[in-house]
Amino acid sequence: MTEFAEAGASLRSARLRLSAAFWRRPWLKLGLLLAAPVLVFAVVYLGALASLFVSAFWQIDSFTAAVVHKWTLDNFKTLWDDHTYWRITGRTIGLAAAVTVTDAVLAFPLAYFMARIAPPRWRALLFVAVLLPLWSSYLVRIYAWRTILAKNGALNWVLNGLGLPDAGLAYTNTAMWIVFSYVWLPFMVLPVYAALERIPDSYLEASQDLGAKGSRTLRSVILPLAIPGIVAGSIFTFSLTLGDFITPALVGGAGSSFIGNIVEDKVGEPNIPFAAAFATVPVVVMGIYLLIARRLGAFEAV
Amino acid sequence: MSRISRRYLAWAALGLLTGALAITAAGCGGGGSSSKSSESTTTVGPTSIGKGEGALNLIEWPYYSDPKFATKFEQQTGCKIHRKDAGSSNQMVSLMRAGGGGGGGQWDLVSASGDASLRLIRGGDVKPVNINLIPSWNDFLPIFKSPAHNTVDGKHYGVSLQWGPNVLLYNTTKIKPGPTNWGALYDPKYKGQITIPNNPIQIADAAFYLQHSQPDLGIKDPYELNKKQFDATIALLKNQRKLVKLYWVYDTDGRAAFANGDVSLGAIWPVDTLALQAKNVPVKEIIPTVGATGWADTWMLAAKAPHPNCAYKWMKYATTPQVQAQQALIFGETPVNPKACPFMNKIEAGSCAKYHLDEPLKWYNTIKFWKTPVADCGDGNTDCMNYNAWLTAWTQVTG
Repeated sequence: MTEFAEAGASLRSARLRLSAAFWRRPWLKLGLLLAAPVLVFAVVYLGALASLFVSAFWQIDSFTAAVVHKWTLDNFKTLWDDHTYWRITGRTIGLAAAVTVTDAVLAFPLAYFMARIAPPRWRALLFVAVLLPLWSSYLVRIYAWRTILAKNGALNWVLNGLGLPDAGLAYTNTAMWIVFSYVWLPFMVLPVYAALERIPDSYLEASQDLGAKGSRTLRSVILPLAIPGIVAGSIFTFSLTLGDFITPALVGGAGSSFIGNIVEDKVGEPNIPFAAAFATVPVVVMGIYLLIARRLGAFEAV
Repeated sequence: MSRISRRYLAWAALGLLTGALAITAAGCGGGGSSSKSSESTTTVGPTSIGKGEGALNLIEWPYYSDPKFATKFEQQTGCKIHRKDAGSSNQMVSLMRAGGGGGGGQWDLVSASGDASLRLIRGGDVKPVNINLIPSWNDFLPIFKSPAHNTVDGKHYGVSLQWGPNVLLYNTTKIKPGPTNWGALYDPKYKGQITIPNNPIQIADAAFYLQHSQPDLGIKDPYELNKKQFDATIALLKNQRKLVKLYWVYDTDGRAAFANGDVSLGAIWPVDTLALQAKNVPVKEIIPTVGATGWADTWMLAAKAPHPNCAYKWMKYATTPQVQAQQALIFGETPVNPKACPFMNKIEAGSCAKYHLDEPLKWYNTIKFWKTPVADCGDGNTDCMNYNAWLTAWTQVTG
């Protein structure tokens, strides 16, 4: 009986000491709580990135195509020296920027209407309409666009019905621009909506009381407060376009290759080291983009 | 959260991160080296086929183990087939290389084409087979018994299966009169209407065209090109790019472009002609009189095949005349075993001739089968452009 009591007492005192230790060192409790998720994040997410960077400095044996674990900068030298890769990188970044601007221009009025003008029921309906495309597979949507833009497709059928000539958009960079802008639009609408919705009505009233017209209020009050939302949305649209390879493969034509397509080709050859080296380019571009986004306050408001 | 705790947390995270990086780097350092060809010294495989292991894992072109003939095999041998359809040669190589190479201990056989087979052999991903265990091999057309794309130093890294030419396809309502030779694919007249495969081996098609249109270049084999011949070929391809609407990655994409009217002329495979004609698209395929490039597929045995007995049973089964005929007509290709001819005609009258299986051996010399280009030109010279050079140039042409 006493043994049990003693054991119980010592257990109790151990628990007390433990909780006292936690109380004295608050970081210990937090550290233990977060250890597992941080470890998963570090190993799975950053580990994958790290292995990518490491293999970018390797090479393949030209005869067996097996990976040779010898440190070299040859892959980066090839990327730098061959203007083909500059052309492909320029095309990828250029299109990602064009898609981002297009989506921002399209999303702003739509998000403004949803956030500040539409009655609640309309708002719900619009939300469904914006999100509906995301319910279907990304591939299905791209294939749908391919049939729309094809020579015998819906677009030319409508144009011809109106007495206009064929648009000739199938398998062009313009087709890629249209499809990218379409598939990533919801990712711009939602953050812009969130930013606009949080603008207090009193700000707008104050602007009016001070004699500002609608356009001045838009310029001096609404837009500055919406910028963090637009920048947050642009991170999605820019990075999603930058890393894509399916849309260029399916709706792009001759001379539409993205960085992702070359990476896919090289993985397939298989030349993993070169693929890894080229894959670091979007990582660097995104890093620079995020730094600029931080300057613009994208991470403070959202 | 207090200021101090945040700093501790940051240090803890940094520590974990460094650890993770070290582990990853170490893992990468050790992993790849084990894929060196360990089995390639084995001259012949087993001397007899043992009892089936109950399963067979295939990397295949779609329909290469169609249930129409594979179900019977499963019933006879008890080898249950698990199939992974591949869409391109590169995908096949990638699948075989995954998990440390040699099929990763997961795959038994891969139906590799000639632009992948030598890469798999050199990488040690496939191992030699004992061809004596596959009786139908003796009946094969001579050129498919030990072709350069699957036999190295007298060792057979699998068994030839089926082949097909790369054909010139055109839309009969839009291209009038129809083209008669490969020059059409390089003719500015058809700008914006052309599709060709997005495959580095396509360089051989341009070289094959130059072989006949510019004899002074002295091209003898479109897969063995010296610097001068190669540069001329790439220059031709760079001009062609301006005319090309679509470089198709999967033949189904090329097919869709024909069906949707986006292209009217291109290089593609007989299976696509059949599919398009079945959908009443007005297309016609030709093999110009000079010949064509072609692909030939091989069932290759993975170096780490977990079910070798079932794999041998399948190679034996897939090369029998009846199965050869069935597969040929399902996919739209030509058997390597001429004894399949009567079986083909039984399924579809006249199909043996339609797929060129009854052609004289001389005719087969006009088909230049895919093989991986190497520095050894085959004529004593070793200044030919190897496959790496082909890959780089192809990216420069299409990228």
